[in-house]
Amino acid sequence: MDPAPGKNHFELFGFPVKFDIDTDELAARYRELQRRVHPDKFASGSDQERRLSLQMTALVNEGFQTLKDPVRRGRYLLNLRGVDLDGETDTAMDPAFLMEQMELREELEGVRESDNPPKRLADLANRIERRMQDKIDEFRRAFADDVPEGTGKARNAVREMQFLEKMRREIDNLEEELI
Amino acid sequence: MAYSDKVLDHYENPRNVGVLDKSDPNVGTGMVGAPACGDVMKLQIRVNEQGVIEDAKFKTYGCGSAIASSSLLTEWVKGKTIEEAGKIKNTQIAEELALPPVKIHCSVLAEDAIKAAIADYQTKAGTKGSKADAA
Repeated sequence: MDPAPGKNHFELFGFPVKFDIDTDELAARYRELQRRVHPDKFASGSDQERRLSLQMTALVNEGFQTLKDPVRRGRYLLNLRGVDLDGETDTAMDPAFLMEQMELREELEGVRESDNPPKRLADLANRIERRMQDKIDEFRRAFADDVPEGTGKARNAVREMQFLEKMRREIDNLEEELI
Repeated sequence: MAYSDKVLDHYENPRNVGVLDKSDPNVGTGMVGAPACGDVMKLQIRVNEQGVIEDAKFKTYGCGSAIASSSLLTEWVKGKTIEEAGKIKNTQIAEELALPPVKIHCSVLAEDAIKAAIADYQTKAGTKGSKADAA
């Protein structure tokens, strides 16, 4: 079991520490790593080997989940740069962005009563995905500048992505209800 | 997670949901968001010449605790001066609603929202920084 603890997720999967990642390659390396550390392989091993195998499996899973999702990957990259977004209580956001989020949520609220809920919902989902892509591009550009200003902009982009993610979940929930 | 009776009460019968006229010079609007959970909160106050909050409305897209925090806050600030309202702490809200630790940030959101609304009103009234006299 050579994937040693202490490596960050990128190192564990053998990728450079940057935002863009080949997700097919990531999935392939995930399967390979999973196979190498799988507890079944160590069923007859020592207690220590079995414990290590479980720890490594958890680490590999955690790493994969973090790297495959652009929002989580962004949060993690900021974390590596010393910006902690977990449990933060900073509520200051760009007012225009918040206004837009408020309006998107109002629109979602009106979908059910509209004349064609499935279509309205699909339109809204498309717009959210486009906004998400905008923010991902914004993050990529900002994060590439390893200076405080770039990091600050990257932080904002991830914070905004999290509002879009919430919208995604709400849209999914309503979609399920409409079926 | 179980919500307290007070949270459920505000969640099921939220007080003061609605909007005030944003362009009214006596109306202050506070808009805040919690990136951790994606909740969005708008809180508005209408302030009279004595600096007393005559009306308060809110609109919150978020969990039960966020809705309850903003609902409770609008009840509390009505009839208070903006100075008094600005002193309300999130811990008072959290305590009143018996919020569990993971939901404390909802009360922080409400505190930030009233502060933002007051700041917006003061900017509009050109009295930022000065203290409104309580009648």
